[in-house]
Amino acid sequence: MRGSMAVVQSLLAEHIEIIFGYPGGAIMPIYDDLMEYEDKIHHILVRHEQGAAHATQAYSQVSGKVGVCFGTSGPGATNLITGITNAQIDSVPMVVITAQVPSALIGTDAFQETDVMGLTMPITKWNAQVTMAEEIPETIAKAFYIAVSGRPGVVVIDITKDALLSELEFQYEKAPRIRSYFPYPDLKMENINQAADLINKSKKPLVLMGHGVLIGKAENIFKDFVERAELPVASTLLGLSAFPSSHKLFVGMLGMHGNYAPNIKTNEADLIIAIGMRFDDRVTGRISAYAKQAKIIHIEIDKSEINKNIEVDVAIHSDVKMALTALLPKIQANAHSDWLNEFRESDKIEYEKVIKKECLPEIGGIRQGEVIKVLSDKTKGHAILVTDVGQNQMMGARYFKFENPNSLITSGGLGTMGFGLPAAMGAAVWIKDRPVIAFLGDGGFQMTIQELGTIMQEKLPVKIVVVNNNFLGMVRQWQDLFNNKRYAATHMITPDFVKICEGYGIKGKKIEQREDLSQAIDEMLACQDAYFLEVMVEKEGNVFPMITPGSSVSEIVLE
Amino acid sequence: MEKHQYTIVIFTENHIGLLNRVSIVFTRRHLNIDSITASESEIKGVYRYTIVLVTTEKQVKKVVSQIEKLVEVLRASYYLEDEVIHQEIALYKVESAGLANSNEVEKLVRYNNARILAIEPDYIVIEKTGYKAETQELFEKLEPFGVLQFVRSGRVALTKQRKELTSYLKEIDKASDKSDKIREWKLSNGNGASTAMWL
Ligand SMILES: Cc1ncc(C[n+]2csc(CCOP(=O)(O)OP(=O)(O)O)c2C)c(N)n1
Repeated sequence: MRGSMAVVQSLLAEHIEIIFGYPGGAIMPIYDDLMEYEDKIHHILVRHEQGAAHATQAYSQVSGKVGVCFGTSGPGATNLITGITNAQIDSVPMVVITAQVPSALIGTDAFQETDVMGLTMPITKWNAQVTMAEEIPETIAKAFYIAVSGRPGVVVIDITKDALLSELEFQYEKAPRIRSYFPYPDLKMENINQAADLINKSKKPLVLMGHGVLIGKAENIFKDFVERAELPVASTLLGLSAFPSSHKLFVGMLGMHGNYAPNIKTNEADLIIAIGMRFDDRVTGRISAYAKQAKIIHIEIDKSEINKNIEVDVAIHSDVKMALTALLPKIQANAHSDWLNEFRESDKIEYEKVIKKECLPEIGGIRQGEVIKVLSDKTKGHAILVTDVGQNQMMGARYFKFENPNSLITSGGLGTMGFGLPAAMGAAVWIKDRPVIAFLGDGGFQMTIQELGTIMQEKLPVKIVVVNNNFLGMVRQWQDLFNNKRYAATHMITPDFVKICEGYGIKGKKIEQREDLSQAIDEMLACQDAYFLEVMVEKEGNVFPMITPGSSVSEIVLE
Repeated sequence: MEKHQYTIVIFTENHIGLLNRVSIVFTRRHLNIDSITASESEIKGVYRYTIVLVTTEKQVKKVVSQIEKLVEVLRASYYLEDEVIHQEIALYKVESAGLANSNEVEKLVRYNNARILAIEPDYIVIEKTGYKAETQELFEKLEPFGVLQFVRSGRVALTKQRKELTSYLKEIDKASDKSDKIREWKLSNGNGASTAMWL
């Protein structure tokens, strides 16, 4: 068979059912062969390759299958860059296949030639260029294995057109051994024992739950672990939904716009148990004043993350599920009721100063938090919430009560505006039993608004909520707080979104009054198809609490 | 934190673009490399990079673990000056005119354990192997005679410790077996057999 068919056969061998992509000259042979298998692999034609990459990432996250996307050479590949970077920094597995000009033309600035290897090297877990057809199956097999194992990430395979067009004998071996790659480290029992000892002795423990709990599919054992010793659970942005928000041990989100209690208690705890997280600067605030009083245990599969930002006392270099399975039997049943009560006391302060005003306001314009609260209440937390970036993202993370794993899809490490709509689209391809809600700002929505076309064509029942403040809200908030309200380049006039959606055959509504909110959301959730709801919100609402840049977690401000 | 000169030794598979990936680790952190050399090691197919730089121990540790994380890197480690035996080679092209009626250069060659590689009508080529300071010293001594070209290689270094590549490879084999077992355990606890499923 020819190389391009080998690509298709390799994907079939990996049971790939969905591909997001966009065709072009160099990749045409793959598309041609893919047509033979339309019944097995459904290709979703996006409106911009960035959308393909974000959709693939979200599909990967909600389905638990490695997402695959295609782009052609040159601009097809460069348009994928933002989405590749986004998935890689958030450790989401993805296999990206780009086509390349014929190998004889590489390096000559041929039409639509771009150095995909050079461009993607700093933003991938692994990349490879294939110039010979017979290398295709093995390279794709390696790609899947590398993308999904250990700390997952993105793999880019760049295949030259001549390789796609020449013949090979097809043979496929899954997960081939790679001598220099051993993604699952051996657990050291002495570290487990040290950790158990610290946990059993601790009076004021605090668990920091990260994305690793979800990536490692460790939600169940994690729950057993924290329940056994009654450990308060605080989450990073990407850890959210690994543990039910309604659980009595859940104490909220960490970081810059996280909850009050888990931030201030970070600097009061006697033990921090960090699980599958990487002490990002948005979580730690000023590092020199971070948890100095506490002993720190760090469970992390990526060795280079251990002792990178924070020096720890016990490092457990391991897969999270593996480590917790070993740790659990050594943990004594325990109660930390006084300590837990301290969190609840701080919660009351945050409720009075922030939450009440944000989620149950009686005067003024509609608040973003209020919209999220209604969405969360009406779906009882059984929805997939996909946010964009900015205030909408922080509001979604703060006020949605997550019940199921992987029910928050958001751009963490990169903070990519324009992520929300295509990501929601990718999630909706897989999720059929729950609503997929895209919660977007008016700025971010317009960065990838063209994906409405994909949503239309694929009949994806995405519920799109745009909270419109006619501002790039999060930047305006910083201008408000730190630049004397000089609103440089953040005011934005928006078009008639409802009309635009109408053009795409998507039903829509715009509301401006608080009393219309509940019914509008009912209507949206009752709709079987895609639906667009624009909510005009308070123009100058700010997200609080906040750890301002340079402050420590304990200096978090409530207003 | 105090800065030292470190020698980083990296063993890798032969993969196009890997050198680029390794150097990205340094450039991203704005670290200046003093020298870099690469060659095949005592085991066929395994390549050895030797990188020299001045930095803090904290930084070199992080850099080495970032490098070790790269898929095709077998092992990376760092060493202080007294933990390695190292050399650099220098070549000097010196104008013959300056040498006409003196045996100074010949003396310099002899006293500095250098040797003459080529004698041509208008220049000679001298070679010296040694520490950087030594090859530099010879350069300075030759300068008055007119050095037309001077080139120095990157450092090549061997480690003093009694643990060799073969034993690393054995460790790596063991680590791979263990990793495979954990992967199988995860597969059997997770979603079944497809390699394209999250574990
Ligand atoms: C691609 C990209 N460009 C710029 C930014 C910087 N940025 C972060 S938040 C934000 C404002 C977002 O505004 P909007 O989408 O209206 O959402 P809001 O904050 O108002 O909810 C901007 C410009 C970014 N995160 N991503």
